[in-house]
Amino acid sequence: MSTVLGISGSLRRDSHNTLLLRGAGTLLPRDAELVVFDRLGEIPPFNEDDEHQPPEPVLALKDAIAGADAVLISTPEYNHSIPGALKNALDWVSRPHAENPLQGKRAAVVGASTGLFGAVWAQAELRKVLGAIGAEVVDRELPIGQADEALGEEGLPLDRDAVDALSATLDELLDPSAGADAPTQLAA
Amino acid sequence: MSVAAPQTINTGTWTIDKVHSHVGFAVKHMVVATFRGSFEDYDGALTVAEDGTPELQGRVAVDSIKVKDENLAGHLSSPDFFDTANHGEITFRSTSVDVAEDGRLEVEGDLTLKGHTHQVTARGSITGPHQDIAGNDKVGVELEAVIDRREYGLEWNAPLPKGGFALDNDVKLEVSLELVREDS
Repeated sequence: MSTVLGISGSLRRDSHNTLLLRGAGTLLPRDAELVVFDRLGEIPPFNEDDEHQPPEPVLALKDAIAGADAVLISTPEYNHSIPGALKNALDWVSRPHAENPLQGKRAAVVGASTGLFGAVWAQAELRKVLGAIGAEVVDRELPIGQADEALGEEGLPLDRDAVDALSATLDELLDPSAGADAPTQLAA
Repeated sequence: MSVAAPQTINTGTWTIDKVHSHVGFAVKHMVVATFRGSFEDYDGALTVAEDGTPELQGRVAVDSIKVKDENLAGHLSSPDFFDTANHGEITFRSTSVDVAEDGRLEVEGDLTLKGHTHQVTARGSITGPHQDIAGNDKVGVELEAVIDRREYGLEWNAPLPKGGFALDNDVKLEVSLELVREDS
């Protein structure tokens, strides 16, 4: 059984990105499961003084990443970039370098926003950051715009093409050789 | 100058029935998807002079823009787009109105938006007149025109991570009017 660790970049109770993560979980193959890390809001601001003895929520996140086969992050976009809480958590995870559980870890990024552009720039910056940390990042984007109308109750996009793109992203997340012929870009 | 209106359209002033009309726009975003918005506060009229010369004019209150996302509405009101605080109205006044026998309509006129005035050509159709159940004479006008928003100072854009730009520069203006003749 493969484990995909899901992280929502939004702390909002009714987050579209948390919903999208759950939808993604329903598309995973039978031999894979989604485990959602829901303690992002407990992680304090990164302080390099504490990187060798990080707070417990940081340890929990690092352990969850270490125990997963792959990481799937669904991110909103704040001012065209990564939400501060999410970037902060990744900064903790990346330190100290020798104990960085994202090194060589498969990772993929999706995103949703109520605006037109589906967090497309936050996704690009997040892929860049994950790559800098050492993750093997799937080079795909899934911008779900106007998310309040684009997602069904179960978290799957209502647009069939978007569901197919999400499936292709998950396939490639679990198998780097998968989805070579699938579309790489999707409009919101 | 104007060509004669259809013989069947009476002289006089035809004003917009806002309950049955629509003033909006459409623009491509993310390269392939289409976003539509509309305005809720507008008025205008088709005036047919005694010699049969028609003129179409109208105004739109920019702050009545209706989109589904409040953050987007705020961005559209900012100087990146409409700059609503300094430019409250969009106006249009025709310089020629051509009506073909089959109802095809071509309207040229001056569109003023964000302090910029350019001539645009709108094409569509006119139907009627038709008398409604209350005895009012009505005509229907459908018009579309494409403008380059940059010519009007609506220049915001951003490159997409995988190529292309967030918003197309061409914006289609979509007007669907039900006009009722005054004193009909």
